[in-house]
Amino acid sequence: MTLLEEPIRALARRLRARELSAVELAQEALGRIRALDPAIGAYLRLTPELALEAAARADQALARDPAGASPLCGIPVAYKDVLCTRGVETTAASQILRGFVPPYSATVVERLERLGVVPLGKLNCDEFAMGSSNENSSYQTTRNPWDAGRVPGGSSGGSAAAVAARIACATLGSDTGGSVRLPASFCGVVGVKPTYGRVSRYGLIPFASSLDQIGPLTKTVEDSALVLTAIAGRDPRDSTSVEAPVEGILGQLGAGVKGLRLGIPKEYLKVGIDPSVRSVFDQAAATLERLGAELVEVTLPTTEFALSAYYVIAPAEVSSNLARMDGVRFGPGFEGDTSLREAYDSARHRGFGEEVRRRVTLGTYALSSGYYDAFYLRAQKVRTLVARDFERAFTEVDAIISPTAPTAAFELGERTGDPLAMYATDILTLPANLAGISGISVPAGFAAGLPVGLQVLGPYLGEATCFRVAQSMEEEAKVWRQLPPLSRVTA
Amino acid sequence: MSAAGESAWEAVIGLEVHAQLLTRSKMFCSCRADYLGLPPNSNTCPVCLGLPGSLPVINAEGVRLTMRTALALNCEIPDFTKFDRKNYFYPDLPKGYQISQYDLPLSRAGWLEFEVEGRTVRAGITRVHLEEDTGTLHHSGEIQHAAFSLVDLNRAGVPLMEIVGEPDLRSPAEARAYLATLRQLLVYIGVNDGNMEEGSLRCDANISLRPPGQEELGVKVEIKNMNSFRSVQRALDFELLRQAEVLDQGGRLIQETRGWSELEQRTVSQRTKEEAQEYRYFPEPDLPPLLISRAEVEMVRSQLPELPAARRARFQSQYQLAEAQARLLTGRPGDSAYFEVVVGAGVPPQLAANWQLGDLQGLCNAANLEVGESLVKASALAELLKMVDAQEITTRVAKEVLAQVFEAGGSPAELVQSRGLSQLSDPDQIASLVDQVLPRQAKAAADYQAGNDRALAALVGAVMGLSKGRANPEVVNRLLRERLPRSGG
Repeated sequence: MTLLEEPIRALARRLRARELSAVELAQEALGRIRALDPAIGAYLRLTPELALEAAARADQALARDPAGASPLCGIPVAYKDVLCTRGVETTAASQILRGFVPPYSATVVERLERLGVVPLGKLNCDEFAMGSSNENSSYQTTRNPWDAGRVPGGSSGGSAAAVAARIACATLGSDTGGSVRLPASFCGVVGVKPTYGRVSRYGLIPFASSLDQIGPLTKTVEDSALVLTAIAGRDPRDSTSVEAPVEGILGQLGAGVKGLRLGIPKEYLKVGIDPSVRSVFDQAAATLERLGAELVEVTLPTTEFALSAYYVIAPAEVSSNLARMDGVRFGPGFEGDTSLREAYDSARHRGFGEEVRRRVTLGTYALSSGYYDAFYLRAQKVRTLVARDFERAFTEVDAIISPTAPTAAFELGERTGDPLAMYATDILTLPANLAGISGISVPAGFAAGLPVGLQVLGPYLGEATCFRVAQSMEEEAKVWRQLPPLSRVTA
Repeated sequence: MSAAGESAWEAVIGLEVHAQLLTRSKMFCSCRADYLGLPPNSNTCPVCLGLPGSLPVINAEGVRLTMRTALALNCEIPDFTKFDRKNYFYPDLPKGYQISQYDLPLSRAGWLEFEVEGRTVRAGITRVHLEEDTGTLHHSGEIQHAAFSLVDLNRAGVPLMEIVGEPDLRSPAEARAYLATLRQLLVYIGVNDGNMEEGSLRCDANISLRPPGQEELGVKVEIKNMNSFRSVQRALDFELLRQAEVLDQGGRLIQETRGWSELEQRTVSQRTKEEAQEYRYFPEPDLPPLLISRAEVEMVRSQLPELPAARRARFQSQYQLAEAQARLLTGRPGDSAYFEVVVGAGVPPQLAANWQLGDLQGLCNAANLEVGESLVKASALAELLKMVDAQEITTRVAKEVLAQVFEAGGSPAELVQSRGLSQLSDPDQIASLVDQVLPRQAKAAADYQAGNDRALAALVGAVMGLSKGRANPEVVNRLLRERLPRSGG
């Protein structure tokens, strides 16, 4: 039994009661990382000194004003490596950012650290968050704590694996097309895709700016609510962030699902869902119905075009967002007598992995004159239709439920040769990003020993409802009380 | 008259003017917009350095000044506008794209009136939009052979307004007058400092030729790198001749970008249409669109100062000034403000105009100052000119006092008082001066009496000198004439 198996509220009680010090908790976390992470590969780098300093400060704050301290004070956390951390190398798992030490921290990092969290380190992910399996990291492989031969999901695979293996209490990831929810589903943890604008993106190395949102990954729904409440809210440095109350997210927890209308999109069940996943989903739906929810079939007719639209819009933004990685100020640089053009080509070819180059190429093409209308503009129209589908559905139901992914975690290497199969992994998650609405993945059960997530989608700024449904699911499924094999320290 | 007059071709010219806005901070971050003279890369932050994860935030003052310009140029301001990314790679562009405006600019469809060769011309303004400036590069030697180039991002992100003119200009002289009028307007409304040499105001030109009467446009050439009014006119003169020569010989022009070489006084091809950049514009996802209310537009409009043409017309009618004087007084907003303070203090407008544009402007020019910057405050000039108007001091004394105040400041009235410079009009006192002068100037007196009028001026000068400039010249004149009657009368 490790302290990191306990939910945040339980740890916060112990910390306030001084049964436990933040430094002890940090040492426990660091010790577990050293023991377990070599077999998992969740962390790209550790920040033990920063962690212990922060823990010591947290202890002082807890001693000074235990009642006034945030429940997150002294809680060990870690960040996906797309989040800038002042003074700590931040690479987005790309070679081109090797050695980049940001002079500033992301707003979410600042907000958490002001509350006294203890930062353990930076977590592996797909390069620039592009991928669904974590296999596009240019640094290392991250393994699924439930089965070392399988992927943790992506792109926030390190963030999900670290929580699943109990080598962080909570982590932050980023979700552009499912990059928080999918690995949460594969690793048996809770993952949140907040409403677009709910959380500041300042300091998030972007993948696709109009789709990216930062969200928490945690053991429990309440833990996610605590972290989301702490990081949410308007930030003057991100003009796309919105001013919206967040209290309801925690306030409505525990309200149950009685009387809620839950929509099941018929199109989502036609995308080739693995029978064992389908079976977990059907049981989950039945459970929610038993708890008092009303199940309603809804239709999201544009679903079949969403994937194509996503893979035009996201690469288009990527091609522009990554233009600053020109090899001059970041990356390996270049020597010798080359033209400027050759220098750019060489630096970007060496600095970017294959998937990143593929998406930059796709996006550059989609934005080129002569193709813009046929690709980018048409994709934007589809995006509008996807959003209308959801708006219409949410006039009939309070939330939408579906499996988070068509399958449970697949094997390492299984899909790396087939980009289209890899892209299809996100088919159930990416529509929410196109529409900018809220979503969460909560563990609903197991299929052949692997965790399976239930996705709950809510309307714009409708996180509170998502969390209610997810927590009801969690109370029944209790997946978080089961530990994956790779979380056990063997002597 | 330019070469176009004799040519068989009509020139069609349109200017694109880039003007840095006089905001305090940059367009999308809080670094200073006034970057000149700072150590390289010291005026930067994660946003204008384009560090990954940083995000732009719109500077509302930049939007306001662009709207102000658009309204001064009679443009329409739509309810909805947005920023777009213009993507291209260059070391002075830290993000690999410039935040600019593409299909929905902040304003469009205006016009500017200017005068050239005695005619009033109205040229269309296609649009005024807002973007960010790039950094600057410092090559070690000539760019093609430089061993290295240094990047300075102090300028990166400075608010830059692009004013795109319609191809309504028909000669290099018109282009020059358009640019001069536009520059004056920008300075007048306080959005730009008008400094072409330092690059806070920059001009590119598009020029094509066609046979007179033909509607269809010829092949367009874009000219860059002109950093003065003179180089704009010279580059266009050169280009007009070059294109006419090609066409006269039956040749064909290619669409290209050419740079003006100040050194060689000619345009040099930089890139052809085939090599043109593909900018891959798309909406900037980091910035929400701007919704502009009519109330906001009217607020900005109500804050517009009187524009140069209107002020000139008013000066002509309200102060009864000649067109030339009105034009000079309204050339710079500071000059017309100065004038109106002087007149407002009770000085007759014509007297004020003569002195401000004459003696005071002369002193200022020699010291390289604007009138408003000199030690002669408008209130001081008014004080001085009221004494002149009341004939309390002579013009000659007034000039001396003006020069003294210009050098050392102070009150003209106190100077006149303390030095006893007030005008001497008492005929008895002046008569005694005349009596002293005439014996010493016997020849001049005789010459005058013999019919030489110029000799009288010498006598008046001598009396004035003896009075140290204080004697009333009219009285001196009258007394001299009485003392030196002419026979033929």
